[in-house]
Parts: sequence; structure tokens; C-alpha cells
Amino acid sequence: MSPRLTLDRVEGLPIIVVFVVLIACFIVASPEVFLRLPIYMSFLTTVPPVLVLALGLTFVIAAGEIDLSFPSVIAFSGYVLAMLYRDHQLVWPAVLAAVAAGALIGLINGLIVAYVGVPSIITTLATEFFWGGITTVISGGTSYSLRTVQDTSMWAVFVGKIGEFPLQALWAIGLTILLWFIMNRHRFGEHVLFIGDNANVARVVGVNVDRERVKLFTLMGTLAGFAAVLLTLENRNFFNTQGQGYLLIALASVFIGGTSILGGQATMVGTFFGAFIISMIEAGLTATGIQGFWVRAVVGLVFLAAVIFHLTMEQPQRRAKLAGVFGLRPGH
Amino acid sequence: MGERTYRHIVRLEKIRMAYGNVVALNDVSLTVGRDEIVGLIGDNGAGKSTLIKIMTGVVTPTAGELYIRDERIDLSHYSVRRAHDWRIETVYQEKSLGEKQPLWRNFFVGRQITNRLGFIDIKRQKAITNDVLKNQIGFRGAGFDADSPVQKLSGGERQGIAIGRAMHFDADLVVLDEPTAALAIGEVQKVLDFVRSIKARGRACVYIEHNLAHVHELADRLVVLDRGEVAATFQRGEITLTELTSFLLDLQKRTMGGAG
Repeated sequence: MSPRLTLDRVEGLPIIVVFVVLIACFIVASPEVFLRLPIYMSFLTTVPPVLVLALGLTFVIAAGEIDLSFPSVIAFSGYVLAMLYRDHQLVWPAVLAAVAAGALIGLINGLIVAYVGVPSIITTLATEFFWGGITTVISGGTSYSLRTVQDTSMWAVFVGKIGEFPLQALWAIGLTILLWFIMNRHRFGEHVLFIGDNANVARVVGVNVDRERVKLFTLMGTLAGFAAVLLTLENRNFFNTQGQGYLLIALASVFIGGTSILGGQATMVGTFFGAFIISMIEAGLTATGIQGFWVRAVVGLVFLAAVIFHLTMEQPQRRAKLAGVFGLRPGH
Repeated sequence: MGERTYRHIVRLEKIRMAYGNVVALNDVSLTVGRDEIVGLIGDNGAGKSTLIKIMTGVVTPTAGELYIRDERIDLSHYSVRRAHDWRIETVYQEKSLGEKQPLWRNFFVGRQITNRLGFIDIKRQKAITNDVLKNQIGFRGAGFDADSPVQKLSGGERQGIAIGRAMHFDADLVVLDEPTAALAIGEVQKVLDFVRSIKARGRACVYIEHNLAHVHELADRLVVLDRGEVAATFQRGEITLTELTSFLLDLQKRTMGGAG
């Protein structure tokens, strides 16, 4: 076997290279920040909720679907956790209820998509509005301060620290490994890939497409509920718009990682590094002194560049077309 | 499970299929013998695809009865998986393989070799796939293996894979939906050979085909569908290709006359 072939088989290799280059750039730009540990520990506390969401979205996108409702799941599940803790002094039942609330919202999304037949982009846009609205109404639109939560066992287990190392990173890495195996080695992952590849093929080879779609959205809701637990505990605070910042960066993580928007293909490793890259660009740009309002513009640009890069890698005919647009002759 | 003591691998009786007000099939009955190649012909929209989808568990008919190996099947519980259990396999035109997925996944999807937790035994699936590719389909040295994605294969190779998969799972009935559509001439011969090998192994085949020459040459019995009903049935040798062609043309004229 040639060495090139072996390199090809390293999942997400291009994105790992980008990741390393990005860190190198930041080290050159501001060595006083990026040659020290605290910035990395800070990434390990801020990235996990994004990563957990992005892992779920990788499944959704691999199946050729989309979920836009997770920001409201983060709000609603966060409210369930905060309310049960503050008003009823519940700890572990509050965690379970928050995750279950996410699962339920996901289940409803799945049932609407699979059995009513409403396209997922419409379904989840509607449920994003619905659950966001519900959360604002029942929470009274106020934030809940949860300062005492850091004395609880759930806080120690989910967002506590071993030395400097934040535990939410351990949860996120553990989930990445588990979900990598589900995607690449489990029957469910294979069904997701075939549904995304061609739902009609999946149906005729005996995949229960409707049931798997329900499972898919339920998984996404569950993970969003868990992301809400991590986020709310880390912040020691609940506010009803707490999910809103995550829509773009969670989706961007998946696409930057190299999972195809066309469905049928997925890389969990890519998503893992994609989540770190997108969060690092935000934090890193700020650390290098670029003015804050430029950050979002750069993030948007990186997102677009990454998608175009992966799309042209995936489809040579697009590469030729693109070269034609820029007046270049297609290479041989 | 080598014994095949039944008379008909599949028997459909008075099948009716309606989508709302549109009747796709009306009172269609069809039998397929143990090692018979049945050619299904008819115009677009005649109901051929619907009929085989019913046979293979993709859709449930509005009314009618289905017998497999002379045994009556409960249609409300019939599915693609049940059909697989009954060793009925389908090769759909351009629609039976996942383009971006490797061959080993395509071979086993829907009935993976898994442990109790549902994790796939990839090693075994790949080994079996490679074995079938080399020793059964005869794709030795064709430049691809179990890891190759389907999109690298030519149209004829794809049909070969789909038919090889059906043979591997020891199908007693292989249903082929236009397997030679959109194939180069050289590749068509390969697929026709595959179809012959099905009969040579004593298995049955339902074969939908637009190319009358192919289906006339291969089929033991021809069933002509027209607007959801069986218009005619011909045994092998009962009709020449020229007669068959003019019969179908007449049928079409009558249809158009009726419509106008």
C-alpha cells in the first residue's frame, strides 16, 4: 500500500492540517496568549456545548436533513433545568428532565418530518419559533441566577475541573468517540448515510426510513438538551435567549469539518476539529486585537470558504466549472 | 433450506392499488413459477413498477391477496425485510445502490451482520463482499474492491453488484426493474447473462424491460400490462418478436383512440 493511500485514509486530514496551521498563525500573531495554557483551557470550557450540538447536526446533515430548532431547545431545556433547581431544589432529576425535554422536542420534530411529511427546514424553523416563544412566556422573559448550583454534585460532574482541566471537555470528547462509532460502525449510522445518499434506495433495501428519521431528530434534540445542561451549569445562569448565538457556529462546525451538505457522507473527526476551529477563530481574532465587529464577518467568510473548498474537493466537475468562472483552464 | 417443493414462488390475486382516485392496478393476478422468467411489459404508467413494489414489500396494495411459496401472506405485515426473509430480492433500475457508500455497505445494508448492540462486523462484511466480487460475480481484477464507492462503477457493473447481492442472499425470486436501461451495448450482454444464470440455478425471475428484443429472448412467459390491467399473456414461442411488436402498437393505438 502506497503512503499516499494511507494518508487518504486518515479521516478529516485536511481539516486537521487547517487546525494546526491556524494555531501556528495565532502563536505567531500573539505568542503571549497562545503559548500559554489558559487560552486552551478556556477553549475547553466554551467549545463543548458547540461540539455536542455539532455532533448531532452531523447525523442530521448526513441524512440530508437540517435542524434549526436547537437554539430554542437550549433555551427550553435550560429553563427546565433552572426552574426545577431554583423552585424545587431538584438536582439530578433536573438534569434528566432537561435532557428529556430536548428529546421530546426532537421526537416531535421527527414525527412531523417523517409522518406528516413537512420538510425538516420548515418544521424546525417553525418549532424554533414555537419553543422559543413558549420559553419566553413561561420564564417571564427574565434570567434565573443559579449561583448556588456550583455546590451541587451535578455541577462537579458536568462542569467541574480536574486540576485545570474542565470536565465538560471530557464529556464532549467521550460523546465524540461514542458517536463516531455509532456513525461509522453501527447499523443506525449506516441507515442515516443511506437515507442521505438516496432515501428511495434506503427504502427498497429495507431501511425503515420514517422510523430512522424520527430517531435522528430525537437524537439531535437529546444532544441539544445535554448541551443546554452544560451551558446553563457553566454559566450558573439561565436566560431565555441563551441558545441564539449557537445556530451559525454549530452548523459552521459541521460544514467546516467536511460533512457534505448534499447528504450521504459524514466525518465526526472533521466536526470535532471544525467546532474547535470556528470557536478559536472567534476567540483568537479577539485576542489578536482585531476589532470585535470584524469577528462575525471573518467567521462568515471562513464558513463560506470551507464549504466551497469541500464542495470542489467532492465534485471535480464543479472544480472545472469554478476554474472556468475565473477564466482559468481546467487543470489536468 | 435447499428444498423447493412449492409450485409458485409468488402468486398475486386480484390486486388493486389506488392512490386516492387514481387506480394504478385493477384486479391484477399474476403467478411466477419456481424457475420461471416472467417478462413484464407495458407502456409507462401501465402499473409494472407498482406491481413489483407490491410483490417485494415496498408498498401495500389497497386490496387483493399475496401468496409466497403457495402460502398466504398477511399484507399488513409484509415489508421489504419480510420479503428478504422469504428470499425475494429486487434489483431496481438505478435505484438499488447508495452512490457514495462503499460496496461492503451496499451489500449488507438492511441486514447487516451485527453484534447484539447493533454494531456492524465490518471485517466479515468486507471479506464476504470481496469473495462474492471475485468468485461469484467474476469481477476479478476489475479495479475495485469492497471499499470502492458505487460511484466509481459503470452502469453494468452496478447491475452486476445488485444481482450478485441477490444471488448471495440465495434469492428464490429476483425482481429486476429495467436492469439494462441506460447501459452501453457491451454491458447489456453482461446483465442478460446474469439473468440467464438466475434461471440456470433453478431460481425465478420477474423481469421488467422496455427493450422487446431482450425480454422476448429471455422470458419463459410474457405478461402485458395496460392501464393497470393484464392485457395479454404469451408463453415462450407462442408469439414472434414482430407479432409482439405489432400487438403492442395496436394496444397503444387503441389506448390513444379511447382517450381521444
